[in-house]
Amino acid sequence: MAVDVNRSSTRSAGRDRHKASRRRTTLTAYGFLLPNLLGFLAFTFLPVLAALLISFTNWDLLRPAQWVGLANYERLIGDTTFHRVLRNTFVYVLGTVPVQMALALLVAMALNQRIPGRLFFRAAYFMPVVASTVAVALVWRWIFHADFGLLNSALFMIGIDDPPSWLQSTRWALPAIIIMSIWQQIGFSMVLFLAGLQSVPPHLYEAAKIDGANGWHRFVHITIPMLSSTTFFVLVISVINSFQVFDQAFIMTEGGPANATNTLVFNIYRYAFQFFQMGYATAMAWVLFAIIFVVTVVQFRYQRQWVHYD
Amino acid sequence: MTESTPRRRRAPRQVFGYTLGTWVLVIFLIPTAILMLMPFVWMVSTSLKSAGAVFEYPPTFIPNPIRWDNYTRLFEVLPFARFFLNSLIVAGSVTILGVATSAMAAYAFARLRFPGRDALFLGYLGTLMIPAQVVIIPNFILLRTLGWIDTYQALILPAAFSAFGTFLLRQYFLTIPGELEDAAVVDGASHWQIFTRVILPLSGPALSALAIFTFLFNWNSFLYPLVVTNSTAMSTLTVGLNTLQGQYNTAWTLLMAGSVLALLPVLTVFLLAQRYFIKGITLTGIGGR
Repeated sequence: MAVDVNRSSTRSAGRDRHKASRRRTTLTAYGFLLPNLLGFLAFTFLPVLAALLISFTNWDLLRPAQWVGLANYERLIGDTTFHRVLRNTFVYVLGTVPVQMALALLVAMALNQRIPGRLFFRAAYFMPVVASTVAVALVWRWIFHADFGLLNSALFMIGIDDPPSWLQSTRWALPAIIIMSIWQQIGFSMVLFLAGLQSVPPHLYEAAKIDGANGWHRFVHITIPMLSSTTFFVLVISVINSFQVFDQAFIMTEGGPANATNTLVFNIYRYAFQFFQMGYATAMAWVLFAIIFVVTVVQFRYQRQWVHYD
Repeated sequence: MTESTPRRRRAPRQVFGYTLGTWVLVIFLIPTAILMLMPFVWMVSTSLKSAGAVFEYPPTFIPNPIRWDNYTRLFEVLPFARFFLNSLIVAGSVTILGVATSAMAAYAFARLRFPGRDALFLGYLGTLMIPAQVVIIPNFILLRTLGWIDTYQALILPAAFSAFGTFLLRQYFLTIPGELEDAAVVDGASHWQIFTRVILPLSGPALSALAIFTFLFNWNSFLYPLVVTNSTAMSTLTVGLNTLQGQYNTAWTLLMAGSVLALLPVLTVFLLAQRYFIKGITLTGIGGR
């Protein structure tokens, strides 16, 4: 009996010790977690939940919020400016991402060779990536100046007498912003492509050469498939970033002329912080999220058809 | 046997140590690199011109006379030194706070077992895809309620605790083999000691990448500081540049001088530490816009 009691008490003591150590680990864990978790809860997680609620209200921050159900989302459906904004944003993404990626791949392939001045070239292409968009948007506004801009001066010199007025033109303002954005983003994709190219085993190219494959065949049958996972990554990130374009539109054109460069995030900014329609602006922000989410999911769904991981 | 490959390929002719093909490539690369650098050159050139010379045709790249006083005027029309200081305080604090707290949280997620871990981590992951613009409106309302608009804490705190940093470092910590810590555990080290003496020293590349890009992102950030400040004294550089554009909309020499100043520190650091930027991008995939 005594032995039994004794044994069971050691066992429970062991369990207690085990429990106590688990409790200590939990305490330690939350100690590590707490500073970040509090900030995350206060400034990310709870605001996301709040944003859901706000999108169902009318709220100008002067009077109390008014519950309106789905009215903001219904209003979006009939809002022709918003349709324009959506179209602009999609045109921007489609105009920027593929061109930027194609150019970046070309440059990366050139810089993947042993060439003189390699570091200089890489720095030149990459510099716009680290530069503040506001600062470079200012110089691009100046370059695109209709009368005294560098671009139109150059066009004039090669004999084009009536170059577009770029940022003042409803037709050319968005292309101008797309050109600037391509310039700014090439370097980022280039760096990722370069890393991808460097991980392609050289023996593949050598084998293909021996089999008599020319440069184009090697590009299509080795480079493209071997880079597909890099390409996929660059594509997903670039698309997500491009849908959130704001700084360029704000600095270069303020969304104009006549909404020609009004993008989703610019429109959200206007409705929230100039018109103080918090509910309506938040509903637009959720539409932005939905677009990014769907586009990203679709890209992941279709990656199996062209992306090879190995 | 291996030496005597039948019908050796004729070695391509070399010019200054490179093949002819390479030089053709370089000749194509040079104009495109010039195009890439042109906006920066034009920015510096304009910033040193006299107000009248800006509108000359054909445009010239070398200013004559060189007007350094555009830069001194800049500091007279707006408190650019203050903008600088504000950007430095904000980007610096966000970086230190963000990297430190993310690393601690990441350690808990990667190395400790505790109730609620998976649910919490899922919460972090779930917000990764939500764009900042969704959160900015409730955050603005929160800061306004707290009376924090136009303060440093408004500029710093909401930007400092990114789910992304925690996620990134957690993934990195998971790649560090556990055996290194087992030895420390046997020696009776506490988790804090393991974290500071084993994990952190082994995570240099990830920590520096996160720090570089957190700083860069916040130094260049525009929408957020634009929303949460309204006085000139609390403006960061990007917001200050926008104010400058609002007041001197066509004073191109001033606008370009301001842009040069905003770019100078970041570009200098980049040119000195190019390797770390490039490595950081390939390691983390951050840095793009």
